[in-house]
Amino acid sequence: MADRYIEPDTPELRARWGNFAWTSENAEKAKEVVARYPEGRQRSAVMPLLDLAQRQVGAEENTQGWLPIPVMEYIAAYLDMPIIRVVEVATFYTMYNIAPIGRFHVQVCGTTPCMLRGSDDLLATCKSRGMKKGHISEDGLWSFTEVECMGNCASAPMVQINDDNYEDLTSERLNAVLDALARGETPKAGTQDPARHTVEPVGEPTSLAAMITENHDYRSEW
Amino acid sequence: MALLDKDRIFTNLYGYQPWNLKEAQARGAWDNTKALIERGREAIIDEMKASGLRGRGGAGFPTGMKWSFMPKQPPLDQNGNPKPSFLVINADESEPGSCKDREIMRHDPHLLFEGALVAGFAMGARAAYIYIRGEYIREAETLFAAREEAYAAGLLGKNACGSGYDFDVFVHRGAGAYICGEETAMIESLEGKKGQPRLKPPFPAGAGLYGCPTTVNNVESIAVAPTILRRGAAWFSSFGRENNKGTKLFQISGHVNRPCVVEEEMSIPFSELIERHCGGIRGGKDNLLAVIPGGSSVPLVPAAEIWDAPMDFDGLRAVGSGLGTAAVIVMDKSTDIVRAISRISYFYKHESCGQCTPCREGTGWMWRVMERLRTGDAQVEEIDMLQQVTKQVEGHTICALGDAAAWPIQGLIRHFRPELERRIAENVREAAE
Amino acid sequence: MPKVKVDGVEIDVPTGATVLQACELAGKEIPRFCYHERLSIAGNCRMCLVEVKPGPPKPQASCALPAAEGQEIRTDSEMVKKAREGVMEFLLINHPLDCPICDQGGECDLQDQSVAYGRGASRYDENKRAVTEKYMGPLIKTTMTRCIHCTRCVRFSEEIAGVDEIGALYRGENMQITTYLEHAAKHEMSANVIDLCPVGALTSRPYAFEARPWELKKTLGIDVSDATGANIRIDARGREVLRVLPRNNDDVNEEWISDKARYMVDGLTKRRLDKPFLRRDGKLVAVSWNEAFAAIATLNPGNSIAAVAGDMVDCETMFAAKKLVGALGSTLIEGRQTGMDYATDSLAAVNFNTTFSGIETADAILIAGSNVRWEAPLLNVRLRKAVKRGAKVFLVGPEWETTFGGQFLGEDLSVLGNLPQNVADALSNAKRPAVILGGAALGRGGLEAGLALAAQFNLVRDLEDGTKWNGFNVLHMAAARMGGLMLGYAQKGGIADLVAAKPKVLLALGADEVDFTQFAGSMIVYIGHHGDKGAHAADVILPASAYTEKAGTYVNTEGRVQWADKAVFAPGDAREDWTILRALADAFGVSVGFDTFDQLRNAMIAEVPALGSEGLADYGSVLPLGGGSAAGQIAYPIKDFYMTNPIARASAVMQRCSAEILHGEELAEAAE
Ligand SMILES: Cc1cc2nc3c(=O)[nH]c(=O)nc-3n(C[C@H](O)[C@H](O)[C@H](O)COP(=O)(O)O)c2cc1C
Ligand code: SF4
Ligand code: FES
Repeated sequence: MADRYIEPDTPELRARWGNFAWTSENAEKAKEVVARYPEGRQRSAVMPLLDLAQRQVGAEENTQGWLPIPVMEYIAAYLDMPIIRVVEVATFYTMYNIAPIGRFHVQVCGTTPCMLRGSDDLLATCKSRGMKKGHISEDGLWSFTEVECMGNCASAPMVQINDDNYEDLTSERLNAVLDALARGETPKAGTQDPARHTVEPVGEPTSLAAMITENHDYRSEW
Repeated sequence: MALLDKDRIFTNLYGYQPWNLKEAQARGAWDNTKALIERGREAIIDEMKASGLRGRGGAGFPTGMKWSFMPKQPPLDQNGNPKPSFLVINADESEPGSCKDREIMRHDPHLLFEGALVAGFAMGARAAYIYIRGEYIREAETLFAAREEAYAAGLLGKNACGSGYDFDVFVHRGAGAYICGEETAMIESLEGKKGQPRLKPPFPAGAGLYGCPTTVNNVESIAVAPTILRRGAAWFSSFGRENNKGTKLFQISGHVNRPCVVEEEMSIPFSELIERHCGGIRGGKDNLLAVIPGGSSVPLVPAAEIWDAPMDFDGLRAVGSGLGTAAVIVMDKSTDIVRAISRISYFYKHESCGQCTPCREGTGWMWRVMERLRTGDAQVEEIDMLQQVTKQVEGHTICALGDAAAWPIQGLIRHFRPELERRIAENVREAAE
Repeated sequence: MPKVKVDGVEIDVPTGATVLQACELAGKEIPRFCYHERLSIAGNCRMCLVEVKPGPPKPQASCALPAAEGQEIRTDSEMVKKAREGVMEFLLINHPLDCPICDQGGECDLQDQSVAYGRGASRYDENKRAVTEKYMGPLIKTTMTRCIHCTRCVRFSEEIAGVDEIGALYRGENMQITTYLEHAAKHEMSANVIDLCPVGALTSRPYAFEARPWELKKTLGIDVSDATGANIRIDARGREVLRVLPRNNDDVNEEWISDKARYMVDGLTKRRLDKPFLRRDGKLVAVSWNEAFAAIATLNPGNSIAAVAGDMVDCETMFAAKKLVGALGSTLIEGRQTGMDYATDSLAAVNFNTTFSGIETADAILIAGSNVRWEAPLLNVRLRKAVKRGAKVFLVGPEWETTFGGQFLGEDLSVLGNLPQNVADALSNAKRPAVILGGAALGRGGLEAGLALAAQFNLVRDLEDGTKWNGFNVLHMAAARMGGLMLGYAQKGGIADLVAAKPKVLLALGADEVDFTQFAGSMIVYIGHHGDKGAHAADVILPASAYTEKAGTYVNTEGRVQWADKAVFAPGDAREDWTILRALADAFGVSVGFDTFDQLRNAMIAEVPALGSEGLADYGSVLPLGGGSAAGQIAYPIKDFYMTNPIARASAVMQRCSAEILHGEELAEAAE
């Protein structure tokens, strides 16, 4: 729920990011992205390129990445669009981090379906581990945001951390995931309920049982 | 009678099997798609119309009819060249409670790509953009990979499936904005702008993406199309009641014993859906308080009224709500119902794009009053005032987000007014003590 | 022409009209905030809701809905009343009700409309939103908490100014309007957003807390900061001009003015010549009018007298001086201070014939020797419109930042005689081709080369629809220029002819751009209002009136005759120019044939009848053939947009703009 503000444009920020440019690998990707849109419509690529830039910043800093003003300017120049329009986009969409961020961005969904299934506990868990909205933990590991519905409602409550979702969480399960991440491990993503595969009803399948063991082709039964 | 597995379209819904092309083809995807295309635009649209498929994105507009609105002859641009047409596939899935498109995209993406080709061909589109919400990161990765497979196999791109039709599909990731699910906001976003809905008219079928004719369809609407064409309109329309045809992905969350996503027959009664697939209400039927049957934007329905209601467009309208995206949010008696709705109000405040006055100002106002009603820190008259404020938002905005923000509150006041009054009274009493 | 019913009354509306326009045609007032005739339709404020049948059972935004045959529109129903009350209430809940300290007070759309359409008391009990101030430069003062997010300012800068620099950041109720990193708005038209802002979010910084609108005397004037002749309203209290606002004139400035036109007026109170001065022993000393005239009476120039007109003088002043010089037997009058000597036998050859509104419809335009943004910002707006409609634009001269794209062809005038093939093709294939020559392209054979292009590309023609098209244009920079040319302020050899004549007396009518060293032997009598270059060179200074202090006739670069009224009295002992010239006639013992302003004007009109009717003067459509070859590097005369005339140079606001916007100086915000 944190209000977002652009990180101020300071001489230090300029010094650190003023020379931002694509890595050679990202330069290739950027070209590929622009090619998805019709000629003359390269501005359509602003969202994917902001994401790419954010990831590049993250890779350089070993964080989740964010968008310093000079980086936005770089994108504006790359796409030949007014910088103010880039800033509009970056501030409109919540996934662009417009201020520095930690290594892990813990995003707890707090919307009603998750709330009904215990997201309060997850928020409390994060809080008890010292996570605060819009704040990076001292060790640089954790940033925290309460987010809106992430589309995992049938396996609620859930948390998205960096690129992965962790679903069917309880306080213990979340702690286990966070501990694993802190240890540098890669916990299994998806549901944390050992008895569940994805979003089927946990326990006895009520449909598509044949699919569990083989790639069943139902066409012969049509 | 329960829907049989053989009549399920999304047979890999739970991802027990790989999503990849080879396995998808073994399940029936991309099976002689060329033949579907050879039927021609008219025939495909007629079949879709006959199937009775209504859009699965929430509004329920008949899909075949929507496709038929696309111009038969491309309009000309300033220089007299024909404009291309576009299909935009709405994979923004951000309505609280909705989580079905995700399963299609991560477990059966080829159904979507095949649908994109068939639908795109039927409406004369040059290309499709799949706009997937930014938070679906792994799902987007799957889409990109599946797209590669389809191109490599000649199913998409030039002379797609050997049909002689050139058709491209691109994946575009969003970045965190529910409003981009609204079709014109989605188009703006695709053009590299803030996702602010456009004024209509003009409608997208006339001037949409890049000013070209455009149709926006939900992932599920598109992904079911190839199967409908293969099995025929009669097969699809054999499920569900008149005007509410077909099979449908239901997403049940909240206080059921086993929340899940499941493909069922349209019009299945609520009770049956819950009992058969979800292991019943947590604590038993009598513990049910209320249900939001179609995603956060539809009004809640109290237990007694929902229990036997057919889960379809008309059935839920009859109980003062709607099918929406068939995202069924179940709340048992332990629920703080005011908080549940207030949290939804917060969601809309958070997601308002901010361009039009009633929504920008009204969503925040409504949420703040809801929060006070939650704690009882309000005057009884404020309940009516809040009701009026919802009416001042509803129907006065550019897009339907304003309505979506108003309806849950209206549902709460309609059905739980005594609860609101009780809290106020209690709060007053507490303060007096 | 669709027929619609508005509140039961049937009317015909033009095809393409909106429901809002239909209602207005029917005499119904429709409240609105975001809608503005000259901007794209946003439809976001929702104030203009009306009921329309057929249609969904909810009110419709009339600004965005096309009027269609058979519609039944209601502006007076309960639904509409409720809708307006609702929107009004929403707009006010987060709006600070700080009207008593708001500069928009008294001319605020929100204030007016809430009285007309609001529900009276507020039911909003929550805390109001507070928004941080945004710095938008030396001209625009912001109080963003008052912003109602109509986005007019965003649309203006993107669409009209063509400089995308204002945006709405964040979203929902956190949406905030700002310039990029709160830099000053960087274009010449930026302050128009102040007029566009329907509330007090963007107000005039220089005018902050100066006055309430009802205290002001409003006078209709003409801007003299360039040759476009923008129509302005001069708001004054007592002797002081407090602000200048644009007046609507679709043919000239639409409803915009440049920042200079708006904000140089604080310069009217600084460095003023408010007493006569005489040079005694090399020093200028203040004297009385009587002493000044007595001194002049001893000069006895005979016919050895000449007059140079400055860039901002009115026709009456020039005519009076012409009469005076003529009465003494001289014909030496000139207005082109810096030495230009282009031929003026045909005024059509030195006029902006296409007109400003006409140029919008041109489909291929060649601009030579003009930095249009600095020389005529209002014309730049039209060029943008032309390009939006599909016009191709080519430019000759050093590159400047256009707001409409365009292809630069080179910096030398010789390009005119040697156009690249694609340019020649574009001009030949165009239905409405146009050439614009700026001041920097008139000399060194430029005008003749331009006229040759006019012949080559048939710029004067009859259009398919039967109307006439004259695509040949000269863009002047001086407000006095066309009037001066009509009055004969042009010698064959330009000012060099005056220099060669070595006049005993040189009358300098607000002339500040002359190289006075050329007139070392002449007695220089400066009649003007600012202690600028002319006054420094003068031997006698006779304090006169600035454009706001006298009535006058001006002819803009289109040859459009316009009249301005007197807003305030000149300061101190300064007088209106014509009275000074009339008194000089007495001093010299000659008769000029008028004793009153009306007599003067009548005499002027008798001599140049076109000056007697407002509107475009007819110079005919026959252009001289031109020819010859032009050559030479083009150099634009304006080095600093904010410092082009003595009033602007005296203006603290213009100085600050120059420093901050053009020279990038960080200026500490004035403590408020
Ligand atoms: C605020 C808002 C959010 C929406 N979000 C979605 C969404 O996430 N997914 C979707 O398919 N449709 C969404 N819609 C509906 C779309 O505008 C559109 O009706 C739908 O994509 C059409 O597809 P269909 O005809 O296949 O149902 C949303 C509508 C509104 C007003
Ligand atoms: S209703 Fe809300 S989301 Fe929709 S356009 Fe208006 S402000 Fe944006
Ligand atoms: S004037 Fe129509 S919505 Fe603002």
